[in-house]
Amino acid sequence: MNFEFSDEQRQLHEVVERYLNEQYSFERFKSIKNSAAGWDSSVWRGLAELGVLAITVPAEQGGLGFGPLETLAMMGDCGRNLVLEPVLSSAVIGAAVLRAFADQKPAAELLAGIGSGEKIAVLAHFESGARYESQWVTTSARRNGDNYTLDGHKGVVMHAGAADTLLVSARTSGSPGDAQGVSLFMVPRTAPGLVLDEYPTLDGQRAADVYLKGAQVPLANRLGTEGGALPAIEAALDIGLAAVCADAVGVMQAMVDATVEYVRQRQQFGQPIGRFQVLQHRIADMLIHLEQARSMSYLAALRCTHEDIIERRRALSAAKAVIGQAARFVGQQAVQLHGGMGMTDELQVSHWFKRLTAAQLMFGDSDTHLQRFAALKRA
Amino acid sequence: MRLEFTDEEQAFRAEVQRFLREQLSPEISAKVWNGYELGREDHVEWQRRLHQRGWGGMGWPVEFGGPGWNSVQQYIFEEESALAGGPRLIPFGTKMVAPVIMAFGSKVQQQRFLPRISSGADWWCQGYSEPGAGSDLASLKTRAVLEGDHYVVNGQKTWNTLGQFADWIFCLVRTDSQAKQQSGITFLLIDMKSPGITVRPIMLLDGGHEVNEIWFENVRVPVENRIGEENRGWTYAKFLLGHERSNIAGIGIGKRELARLKRIASSERQNGRPLIEDPLFAAQIAQAEIDLWALEITNLRVLSAERKSAAVGPEASILKVRGTEIHQSISELLMRAVGPYALPFRREAMEAGYQFDASRESPGPRYASTLAASYCNQRKLSIFGGTNEIQKNIISKMIVGL
Repeated sequence: MNFEFSDEQRQLHEVVERYLNEQYSFERFKSIKNSAAGWDSSVWRGLAELGVLAITVPAEQGGLGFGPLETLAMMGDCGRNLVLEPVLSSAVIGAAVLRAFADQKPAAELLAGIGSGEKIAVLAHFESGARYESQWVTTSARRNGDNYTLDGHKGVVMHAGAADTLLVSARTSGSPGDAQGVSLFMVPRTAPGLVLDEYPTLDGQRAADVYLKGAQVPLANRLGTEGGALPAIEAALDIGLAAVCADAVGVMQAMVDATVEYVRQRQQFGQPIGRFQVLQHRIADMLIHLEQARSMSYLAALRCTHEDIIERRRALSAAKAVIGQAARFVGQQAVQLHGGMGMTDELQVSHWFKRLTAAQLMFGDSDTHLQRFAALKRA
Repeated sequence: MRLEFTDEEQAFRAEVQRFLREQLSPEISAKVWNGYELGREDHVEWQRRLHQRGWGGMGWPVEFGGPGWNSVQQYIFEEESALAGGPRLIPFGTKMVAPVIMAFGSKVQQQRFLPRISSGADWWCQGYSEPGAGSDLASLKTRAVLEGDHYVVNGQKTWNTLGQFADWIFCLVRTDSQAKQQSGITFLLIDMKSPGITVRPIMLLDGGHEVNEIWFENVRVPVENRIGEENRGWTYAKFLLGHERSNIAGIGIGKRELARLKRIASSERQNGRPLIEDPLFAAQIAQAEIDLWALEITNLRVLSAERKSAAVGPEASILKVRGTEIHQSISELLMRAVGPYALPFRREAMEAGYQFDASRESPGPRYASTLAASYCNQRKLSIFGGTNEIQKNIISKMIVGL
């Protein structure tokens, strides 16, 4: 039992922290957020040069071959600096999906492209009407000769507009809710029959609803066996869940720091408001939440690739439940303690608040995971 | 970073489990698991067995007769002991006064007191709080005046835990009323058989006799029973409070009580189904379990950091606040699990071995009899050992720097 980071993990964090502090100021964030694309290709190249995008890409595909702890080491920095680029969507989740199919040449090539930053690939899995249920796939894929025809609707696909390739799940057999019968396809974003309805999300990232209307996908673009893709998809989502937890902890730390600084500076009734015990205790409560969340982000990283699926799911549901509750408390109280200023677009705290709110809504909220945890115990 | 304990630590855990299997009697284990009170003899006998194994001075260095465990080993012992239904260690001797005697006591005091603490020969209790000095401990008023080679002590201590069993009491007394509050306090060791000491029980809301008030009327204390220097007692007291905080989260006890809660909630019925299947109740159990897990990892993080430095830092305040909140929530769920059968409140049915009258209707499940009292009793957790509000003051001052 130890909770120390390795030298490599520490260095990775320091390199990313330094790069983002130099290149990703709050002003830069705002200008990127308001740009047409919503992300910045020069930042993307910068992250690629640092190796950030290749962290979990295997050495065979030219990557660093690291795992969830290295991902955790840099995700907190991405959260704090409000990184809008598809690090989580492509370099973490996209790479995790493709690693499972790296014995297929097109997947291996795409994986190498993700690591070098030349390609972006995102998972298009959840559907409107599915909420957080990963087995609820209604999008269909029908085989006709050497092609599949895809029809359906994928909801809130993060960074779909930035992607070169969408990794689209579709049902080749069975009914919505069945674990079997889900297949996975690499679909170019520009494929005929694939339509994107793009929008910003509440925290300023970009996403899209993806409509598949008779999109033709060649047989060679199917990843893995027909109907057997769900375990790989869920494994990638679990890795993504752990990463979003680490991102949220980075945001919470930033919010606690900023709030402490604010109550030291802000004067009312002739003294800094941080002298008031009611505010001191609120900050103590924020810190307690933050430390429980940090503990669970470690647990999530340590267990998100565990081979025992019950142990993996128990840990991840526990982590997401605790981190969601902490994110809610820390986010709401940071805004509260900043008073009217916390409500303004001008301060970073409101943007952190929205990123934490988004983190609560992704990969299952606290109630969803509390229910799952309770159900797992009885299983 | 890894969660698993080292091979040596796991071997140590196995050694502790073996000891518990061999030395912990099923009667005591059953009492602990069912929430019955333990008597003086139960505790003393357990201390004797620990002592025979060389573990009497838990957390003490080898030079003072302890096993020389590090904080991880102590954590493992306390966790395994709690899960096996071992008695909670009475901290006043081994964990509180002993470290003070080791750090600040004379050689003579060390030789006189430490072996008898380890062996269970002396039961110690604490004389800190007073009616007017709770969270503001330094405002204490019990006076000690030096007359020749004796201090003469007058005053009143309160919230004294299990003093009715005690042979000795360690006390903070005021020896200089002119100096700044913290600078006029002296740390005395007082024989409970001294003339002039009166122990009066304080009955608590659960009907139990766990705490006392203690009156001192011209009690004569030999000067050789003073720890360190006169008027330096506050330094020793703060040192002691630092030691009180090790294993403050009570993770093992939390796991045991959670297992008990699940057992009871599986046995209770609602609409013909086990209560544990009720979605709302199941979610509340899950919440407690998840919170305990998060705290366990936080506790392990503190231990991992402590491998390098022995001191218990202000992080202990986080463990205290969360630990007590979680224990209180589990005790509340335990009470609510039995619904209306938490209402019958009969002291005699809270004793181990109580036989219900078989000729009458069943007065609810046997395990229900202690649950309301225990819920009531556990409200103390957020009050003693520094209220949770004081802990938050510590967090905001020591960790946040406000």
